[in-house]
Amino acid sequence: MTEPTPAQTEGKSDRQAATLEFRDATKRYPGQDDAAVDHLSLEVPAGEICVLVGPSGCGKTTAMRMVNRMIDITDGDILLDGKSVKDRPPAELRREIGYAIQQIGLFPHLTIADNIATVPKLLGWDKERISTRIDELLELVSLDPADTRDRYPAQLSGGQRQRIGVARALAVDPPLMLMDEPFGAIDPINRERLQNEFLRLQQDIRKTIVFVTHDIDEAIKMGDRIAVLQKGGKLAQFASPADLLMYPASKFVEDFVGADRALKRLALQRVRDIDLWKAAIVRVGEPVAEARAKLADADLEMALLVDDSHRPLGWLSEAALSGERVEDKRRSEAEPIVEMDDILRDALSDLLASDTRYGPVVDNSGKVVGVLSLEVIGGFLHEPSSEARSGADLVES
Amino acid sequence: MAVSSESTLLFAQDAPEGFFGDRADKCVREEGFCPEWIADNYQRYIDPFWEHVFLTVVPVTIGFILAFSLALLAHRHRWLIGPVAGVTGALYTIPSVAFFFLLQPITGLGKTTAIVALTCYTLLIIFRNVITGLAAVPDDAKDAGRGMGLTERQMLWKVELPLALPEILAGLRIATTTTVGLAALAFLANGGGLGAELDAQRFFKSNVVVAGGLCILLAAVLDVIILGFQRLVTPWQRAAT
Repeated sequence: MTEPTPAQTEGKSDRQAATLEFRDATKRYPGQDDAAVDHLSLEVPAGEICVLVGPSGCGKTTAMRMVNRMIDITDGDILLDGKSVKDRPPAELRREIGYAIQQIGLFPHLTIADNIATVPKLLGWDKERISTRIDELLELVSLDPADTRDRYPAQLSGGQRQRIGVARALAVDPPLMLMDEPFGAIDPINRERLQNEFLRLQQDIRKTIVFVTHDIDEAIKMGDRIAVLQKGGKLAQFASPADLLMYPASKFVEDFVGADRALKRLALQRVRDIDLWKAAIVRVGEPVAEARAKLADADLEMALLVDDSHRPLGWLSEAALSGERVEDKRRSEAEPIVEMDDILRDALSDLLASDTRYGPVVDNSGKVVGVLSLEVIGGFLHEPSSEARSGADLVES
Repeated sequence: MAVSSESTLLFAQDAPEGFFGDRADKCVREEGFCPEWIADNYQRYIDPFWEHVFLTVVPVTIGFILAFSLALLAHRHRWLIGPVAGVTGALYTIPSVAFFFLLQPITGLGKTTAIVALTCYTLLIIFRNVITGLAAVPDDAKDAGRGMGLTERQMLWKVELPLALPEILAGLRIATTTTVGLAALAFLANGGGLGAELDAQRFFKSNVVVAGGLCILLAAVLDVIILGFQRLVTPWQRAAT
């Protein structure tokens, strides 16, 4: 992006994200015994993504649609920034809440620019402001404004249309966004890309987001908090992704998150989040006595040879420590090298692909900070982190 | 045939002595297709032609306003669709001759009668197409529109009607073409138009070709005009392909 114009900075995110609270929110349809949403209570802090997940018919979409009064609440209340949504005229309320759905719902008869301009026009923005905002939003969702503006939805690919849907929902920089399976109709490869893009976008815009999906993997990936709903619109559990995987509150949640929930946790954590092995880190020319002292203190029987900048060179053989000073005699290369920011699942995959079952971990500058091994990962999966343990209090029955 | 001999006689009197060449004279006498005669007599079709335009455009316009309003009403109050379709459908089935006869005690003979009847015939077509067009608007576009805070009125005028335009204009084209044809019977109610010319010398090929041809031409021209308008106002339809 070029230098931001005043209008761009203005449009960026001058509006605070909102807090959202479901307070015993209930929806009953006449003639049905079971409620569609049953006394749903949960709080979403400002700037967080709350995922509503559950099997079909669990009321997750209904719960989301009650927020902008697409569906009216029968009992209880929903508070946006502490104020009841029931006190607001629906159309006015909806213009303040971003809305993106799986079918996207772009208007086929309007150009991309006019589609994005829908809510700004309803709010009476002037032409110039709308035009600037359109370009800004298209860039935000990685589309070329000049090329895209005047096209019609039918001329775009599914992935591009989905991006336009998100851009349109963001048009007036709403403090709250509702997203109903926004990436549901996209092929797996593009879905993954859109999810990553959206998470990166969210880092900047920090919106409060209610995100509906039936896919537990998507929920774990996207959610700061996850509300698992079960049939009859009952909240089965409301917890962070890690807690949900560690401490499923019921048999239902356990089954829903899947038998591989331990493995799923690997996708949540990065290498920097876990306790690594301490290695004996030595340099060529160092006294062997010192090296041996380090080895005695290390978790690993081998010493790791590094260069002057502490970058890993390889694992030393016994012969390297036979003289007075450490010699450059390696038994193997320092492969694989793991980065601190790697996701545990990817790091594990690297370890499994190599002959050694451990690898030096380096920080951003390439310096060794420790060693990751299969045992370390095994230990992590076995031992709940203290943070996760305290989160267990949030678990609802 | 009484009529034909009468009209031939009429020409014999009208045409100045020796005006037609021998062959042309013979052609007219035999009620054939005579280019010379047509070239010389086309002026007599001008007024009936404009009458015919009037008999088409006025009923289609009134019919469109009526049917469109009824369709908007029925779109909001769905239960009205059945009754309105029923009544306009019944009107559509009445034979035009019978219609003119039935209207005679109320509106007498003349253009009014013709226009009332012709208007009634357009209602069903236009009503049905507006309803069909509105029903075909994608649900996801409507849901997104509602979710973004469009009021019902904004939804109708900014989303539903624009998207229904192709269907609505298709209805208008059918109604217009049909009315051009039916207006040729307006002479039965003393309404004038090209039908009166056709009927006046219905065995004279030259006359039938010119009057009938003008009807077809009128229908085609009006159709092209509406089609052109449709292309102009629905640019997204060309982009879609």
